[in-house]
Amino acid sequence: MTDKGILIKGLKKRYGKGDTAVDALKGVDMQVSPGEVVGLIGPSGSGKSTLLKCLGAVIEPTEGRMTLGNKVIYDNGWKVNDLRALRRDKIGFIFQAPYLIPFLDVTDNVALLPMLAGKPNADSRKLAVELLQALDVAHRAKAMPSELSGGEQQRVAIARGLVNRPPVILADEPTAPLDSERALAVIRILNHMAHQYETAIIVVTHDEKIIPTFKRIYHIRDGVTYEEAGEGRVFE
Amino acid sequence: MRVADAIRLSQSGVFSQKMRSFLTALGIAVGIASVVLLTSIGEGIHQFVLSEFTQFGTNLMGINPGVTKTHGTPGAMISNIRPLTIEDSLALKEIPEILGVVPLVQGNGPVEYKEKTRRTYIFGVGHKVPEVWQMRVMGGRFLPDDDPRSARPFAVLGSRVREELFKSDNPLGKLVRIGGERYRIIGIMESKGQMLGFDLDDAVYIPVARALSMFNRESLMEIDILYMKGISTDQVIKKVKTLLTGRHGTEDYTITTQEQMLDVLGSVLNILTLAVGALGGISLFVGAIGILTIMTIAVQERTSEIGLLRAIGAGRGQILLLFIGEAITLSAIGGFAGLLLGMGGAFILSIAVPSLPTHTPILYVFYAELLAVFIGLLSGVVPAWRASRMDPVEALRSE
Repeated sequence: MTDKGILIKGLKKRYGKGDTAVDALKGVDMQVSPGEVVGLIGPSGSGKSTLLKCLGAVIEPTEGRMTLGNKVIYDNGWKVNDLRALRRDKIGFIFQAPYLIPFLDVTDNVALLPMLAGKPNADSRKLAVELLQALDVAHRAKAMPSELSGGEQQRVAIARGLVNRPPVILADEPTAPLDSERALAVIRILNHMAHQYETAIIVVTHDEKIIPTFKRIYHIRDGVTYEEAGEGRVFE
Repeated sequence: MRVADAIRLSQSGVFSQKMRSFLTALGIAVGIASVVLLTSIGEGIHQFVLSEFTQFGTNLMGINPGVTKTHGTPGAMISNIRPLTIEDSLALKEIPEILGVVPLVQGNGPVEYKEKTRRTYIFGVGHKVPEVWQMRVMGGRFLPDDDPRSARPFAVLGSRVREELFKSDNPLGKLVRIGGERYRIIGIMESKGQMLGFDLDDAVYIPVARALSMFNRESLMEIDILYMKGISTDQVIKKVKTLLTGRHGTEDYTITTQEQMLDVLGSVLNILTLAVGALGGISLFVGAIGILTIMTIAVQERTSEIGLLRAIGAGRGQILLLFIGEAITLSAIGGFAGLLLGMGGAFILSIAVPSLPTHTPILYVFYAELLAVFIGLLSGVVPAWRASRMDPVEALRSE
């Protein structure tokens, strides 16, 4: 059974009950194939955060179906047993800020996830070093986060998101604090990693600089998504 | 997560904030040091007092006239208590398990030699004092085995009295006046030091019958008995009771064994040790509040870190473990430093004030460190629990 790619169908999320109930998601459809990077764009209050939490297995949807490859995660009220383990093993997170642990060096920051999963420290660090090499920050492997530039910190954060080779990565405004050049560099890295590890990457963004780089874009408005073809400019 | 990794992460958290961790650990260190130092003093006094009492031996018992138990007899009735006599002490000698008997009358009076006079303790005793009270004669001999009812006027001086009255002269064979009567000095006791402030060397020993006459008494104040080691105390008590009750017609005396006295003394001293330890506990409590405060602030400061850990799949238990681990690491380090401070303080105190005995039992050290870790655990639980309940996405977005 493959767990590559993500497919969601009719995803709904309701907060509260009765008269005070709020429908944050009213039927979201989305498909991201392995190796693909798509954009998710929407104004504040559109349901973007709720969708992100559902995709990240932080909250459960009220209705709808979500699958990773052939593996069903949610299906109309049914859910997979251990959402935390799913989050740890199948979903990578990249945030707006790198959120590196200040008292761990670069390698330990990246190795944190396999460590949490109980992998031996040496194996975890080996995985981390491989990714740091792929992201061209291996020379800072022993540095502390405070010694890195903003771009380096974000690359380390990307390495952390990829270290467990998750089939899905959720990147929440990953380029917001970066200038154009660095923002595009991050997108280039994400595309490269998506291709190399067959990862489906969803980039939530407001960043006008990077929107033209997506081949496909999902817009979300009032809890409903609309798909649009993007320009895919940088990589043409 | 593996335990070794959890420990490493907790330690990294502690050592990354050196000044904050140092000050927090210092709070615990001062608390543990106070507990260790005060219990060391308490335990030192405990052992000192017990050793003062056991210097006379442990296979001892004392018999005093009168009973300590309350009976139903009205107090207005004529007392039927028969006083303890020299004859009683002579009769007790016949019990085979008894090694020595000392009849005792004690008072205070002047000892005069030439133009010098010293007021001192006068013990009217029998010849068995060196064996029963475990005292040694430094020069001459102790009182002879005369008939205690008509003993010769011999006296034995305590070392302090000898120094005060004779300086470097040899007092043996000299005559002194004790309570106005002439006595020949036949011995000098070896110095025994002080017991709870009472100078055991500032005393003279004279035959018991002469002391009775000197203090105008008809009966003894006490009879002390030394019995064989390895013999059951209860067995000796039974024989003493049979003999004395037979002589007096009733049990009108009280027997106190050294074991009973040490038991009572021990429980009083245990309370003393506990009380001083509790005083130190107040400092420890303040230290615990320090850890609680710092860990609560740390959780607030590290919201994004906790959010990240939760988002990438750390369980609530793992977050709980990491923060409690930090609190325990802090308190264990503080506790260890406190042990060193407390034991060092006790050592310095014992050198600076030799009269204040200190003793740090190794078990207390172990308990103190356990206590420090337990306090860390308690202080860390609430902040760690709050950290573990954070919503990961909200925690990250709140930054």
